[in-house]
Amino acid sequence: MSSNHKRLSMGGRIDREQPVEFTFDGRKLIGYRGDTLASALLANGVTLVGRSFKYHRPRGIFSAGPEEPNALVTLATAGRRQPNLPATTLELADGMVAESQNRWPSLAFDVQSANGLLAPFLSAGFYYKTFMGPTRRAWMFYEHFIRKAAGLGRADTDLDSDRYDISHAFADVAIIGGGPAGLSAARAAAAAGARVALIEQDFLLGGQLLAEPSDSAAAAWLRQAEAELESSEPVTLMKRTTAFGIYDGNVIGLVEQCDPGNPLLAGEARQTFTMLRVRSIVFATGAIERPMVFSNNDRPGVMLASAARTYLNRFAVLPGKKIIVGTGNDGAWRAAFDLADAGAEVTIADVRAAPPTALATEAGRLGVMVRVATRVVDVRRGHAVRRATLNGPDGQSEAACDLVCVSGGWSPTVHLTSHLGVKPEYRDDIGGFVPGAFAADRFGAGSMMGIYSTTDAIEDGHRAGTAAASFCGKSAPVPAPSKLDLGETATVPFREIPSLGRGKAFVDFQMDVTTGDIELAHREGYESVEHLKRYTTLGMGTEQGKTSNFAALAAMAALRNATIPETGATTFRPPYTPVAIGALAGRAIGHHFKPIRRTPMHDWHMANGAEMLEVGLWMRPYFYRQSGLDVNDAYVAEMRNVRQAAGLMDISTLGKIDVQGPDAAIFLDRIYANGFAKLPVGRARYGVMLRDDGIVFDDGTTTRLAENRFFMTTSTAKAADVLSRLEFLLDTAWPDLRVTVTSVSDEWAAMSVAGPKSRAILSAAFPALDVSDAALAHMGLLESEWQGRALRILRLSYSGERAYEIYVGATAGQQLWSRLLEAGGPLDLKPYGVEALGALRVEKGHVAGPEIDGRTTLDDLGLGRMAGKRAGFVGDLLRRRPAFQAPDRQRLVGLECIEEGKRLRGGAILFLPGEKPYGHGRGRVTSVTFSPERGHYVGLALLAGDVASEGSEVVAVYPMKAETVRARIVSPVFLDPQGERLHG
Amino acid sequence: MLRIECPCCGLRDHDEFRYGGDASVTRPAHDDPDPEAWYRYVYVRANPAGLHREFWQHVIGCRQWLVVERDTRNHAIASVELARQLSARKSPARKPPA
Repeated sequence: MSSNHKRLSMGGRIDREQPVEFTFDGRKLIGYRGDTLASALLANGVTLVGRSFKYHRPRGIFSAGPEEPNALVTLATAGRRQPNLPATTLELADGMVAESQNRWPSLAFDVQSANGLLAPFLSAGFYYKTFMGPTRRAWMFYEHFIRKAAGLGRADTDLDSDRYDISHAFADVAIIGGGPAGLSAARAAAAAGARVALIEQDFLLGGQLLAEPSDSAAAAWLRQAEAELESSEPVTLMKRTTAFGIYDGNVIGLVEQCDPGNPLLAGEARQTFTMLRVRSIVFATGAIERPMVFSNNDRPGVMLASAARTYLNRFAVLPGKKIIVGTGNDGAWRAAFDLADAGAEVTIADVRAAPPTALATEAGRLGVMVRVATRVVDVRRGHAVRRATLNGPDGQSEAACDLVCVSGGWSPTVHLTSHLGVKPEYRDDIGGFVPGAFAADRFGAGSMMGIYSTTDAIEDGHRAGTAAASFCGKSAPVPAPSKLDLGETATVPFREIPSLGRGKAFVDFQMDVTTGDIELAHREGYESVEHLKRYTTLGMGTEQGKTSNFAALAAMAALRNATIPETGATTFRPPYTPVAIGALAGRAIGHHFKPIRRTPMHDWHMANGAEMLEVGLWMRPYFYRQSGLDVNDAYVAEMRNVRQAAGLMDISTLGKIDVQGPDAAIFLDRIYANGFAKLPVGRARYGVMLRDDGIVFDDGTTTRLAENRFFMTTSTAKAADVLSRLEFLLDTAWPDLRVTVTSVSDEWAAMSVAGPKSRAILSAAFPALDVSDAALAHMGLLESEWQGRALRILRLSYSGERAYEIYVGATAGQQLWSRLLEAGGPLDLKPYGVEALGALRVEKGHVAGPEIDGRTTLDDLGLGRMAGKRAGFVGDLLRRRPAFQAPDRQRLVGLECIEEGKRLRGGAILFLPGEKPYGHGRGRVTSVTFSPERGHYVGLALLAGDVASEGSEVVAVYPMKAETVRARIVSPVFLDPQGERLHG
Repeated sequence: MLRIECPCCGLRDHDEFRYGGDASVTRPAHDDPDPEAWYRYVYVRANPAGLHREFWQHVIGCRQWLVVERDTRNHAIASVELARQLSARKSPARKPPA
């Protein structure tokens, strides 16, 4: 058939001068600028566009907006797949490649449509009943196949090649929805003096006005309103923009699609996620037409009446030649008239016995056949409707047709207002839910408030816009709204009656939920809306039941013999329409996902073969490739070199806090479990801080620089937490203490020289300084200058060897690092990484992050004696609670592997020999290393105190690798228990 | 999506702040020897549906700890004060220990 054979030669809001080429399932087709993918498909006579979720039934185009449950497609171009997009919202673009979904081998012949024959077994609750509970193993087996058979489009597993932006925007008044009410509200709010953001999901403003003929009074009104708003300085028009969620503080989540007419430049964003913050909101989100429930109501060729009218008047597509319009309200008659006017043969089947006579007269004039007290009960068949069964006063009859338009009334779009916790309320006079009471800064207007006539909606929008501006203190005089009367008559609600046909009657098209499923749910006691939803998956599709919700409620209400408000309303949650995760991430992907912190010596590490490791935000040298082939070789070589000669380690990542003030010593005495008040000037001390609940918080060394000034270091991981905690205590608990704390972490580069040759290296590197043991004893401080920068040398040891921590002004860090290596080269000074650092401290029995894990106390870590009999420090009382003294409390022990050729692993669970390795065991291995000194693996562990006698054996089980290894309990200090090497 | 009116820096997005727990509980004096008092301070919470006093720190800003009164039902903020001022009022500065 010829291209665009269903397109009318005139009318519509498409640009016939701008043809657009696109592909659907490999077929090259032509549409026009201004088309959606759906309208272009209809224009080309494509009615079958997808297969349904569960039964693989053929589906067509049902709506003309984001409520579309059937026509979901995948857009697939080179390097990019976007599944589950409603064809009804996709602005047609040159080169668009669309594919139908959930069909195999082809859309027209789908093998799994046989699922339809198995339908009795695929009803609500089927999966749960069959595969959960006692037959859970069966589910584990079948799940894979079921998921393959039932489903939507396939997501891409490659990196998203698109770019997204995030922006923040501000306005006085946000108006959500660019239909008659929204446009009127925007004009009023702008006239009142407010800054207005008008948000419209479509690429054209107008909402339902776009369904009016393009040469009508409505079109003229729309042109005028649009021109006025476009030239209005305080108005920001946001087309192609969906308000997907409303959040606290009047923040609106927006996603804007780029204009497909302007090809993206490299790096330009396909979508922009905007957080719009406003002072008041006007909801003018419109209403969504409801389907009617009858047998086979999901077949291609069944379409919402308003959608048919939109395709006709907006896109100049006549979707059928022989049309049956099933309805129970006046609105659908207007669609029937326009379709008849365009040349279609139209029959109206109205469930009402006496529709308004004015409508009947007009029908007579246009040659539209009217059958009252009649409803559509079935359609046939296959890929497009051919006949409909009508049930009227004279019984059932069949009528030939190629399109069935349906209108079960309208549902106000209350999704966004529900996000704010405003419960929808049922109104009997309109037969639908409207939002409940609004907060003072929020307003509703138009059909979302159940005001369906255009004239009234414009008035209502004007009122809401004026009020929303006034809430922001903008009350300049507002001229009366320009009127538009489309002569609509009131939409009278009608109550769905149960389906009369014998085939499946769908309530939720996308999730394949039928009236039968709702009956089943009711029979089995899933009566509440929330249970119904979960049992049948109703409303859980990508469109969240925008068309299905009300029909399901009505069906359940009828079954329960209850009213609709008694049956309840579901809670809508964000997002209103699906949002690409990429849009929320924006540019914060890959390297930009989080900031990277580099030490002053970073460039040196990179240039000298360091393998880097992410430690929180920091990049730290993991090991140096010069030391060994892989990390296991390298760390052992690096730690041997520290023990035998000397190593250089970048410790700039340590938290560094300057503590000053007359009460600084008192302050430290309170925050550390061990005392600091008596620490002499020029000396350092290892300290441990507890939390209020008695658990160890962090450890580090603090040095007294002067009577009232201390230099504190914290672990790398807790640097920010410790500072914040100190500030908290000073601000809230002890405002009387005259102390200030300041982070100086980034001001200092820090490096540690450790090993028996470290003093000689310092002497060589700082010939002018006296670093003799007399001048710089263990735990001593030497302050000086180097190359014009402040220099602090602390004699501290983490590795157990004689060692020095050297702090220098950050900008001189790399220079000093190089100087040390140069001076230490002849003495075998080599850099080492964090893996060797960790191994050295394990060998020495020092605890670190894996042991200070937020669950251990001083006593657990063998540090109880540090606190001694002190009192009055943070965590003192609660650390002594009885539960922490239980005999089976897990305490720190050392373990050594006693099986030849085997190893310990961090995280292994400990059991007693002969004990069944099941459950949480008696403890766990926290840190391990190969010990060159011992010649086998050693580790630290937390083990129940009542079984932790030194010399006895435990079994370390590591289920991830199915390993079991025997280990002996020993002292956690594997090396030099007397601490003689500190002075070596 | 909260915004907090920092007394030092003005109205700022909550991204700049760090939550610091319940401010309605009274911290015992540092040398209070009553374990019960510490137990109540650390573990006992009211969890009201309504106004709640809580600590926030303006970490990416002036670093002051604040006491914020927030309605837990709608996140509306009723008041913001500097914690230091509040606590100083409660326990007037005493003579520093010798």
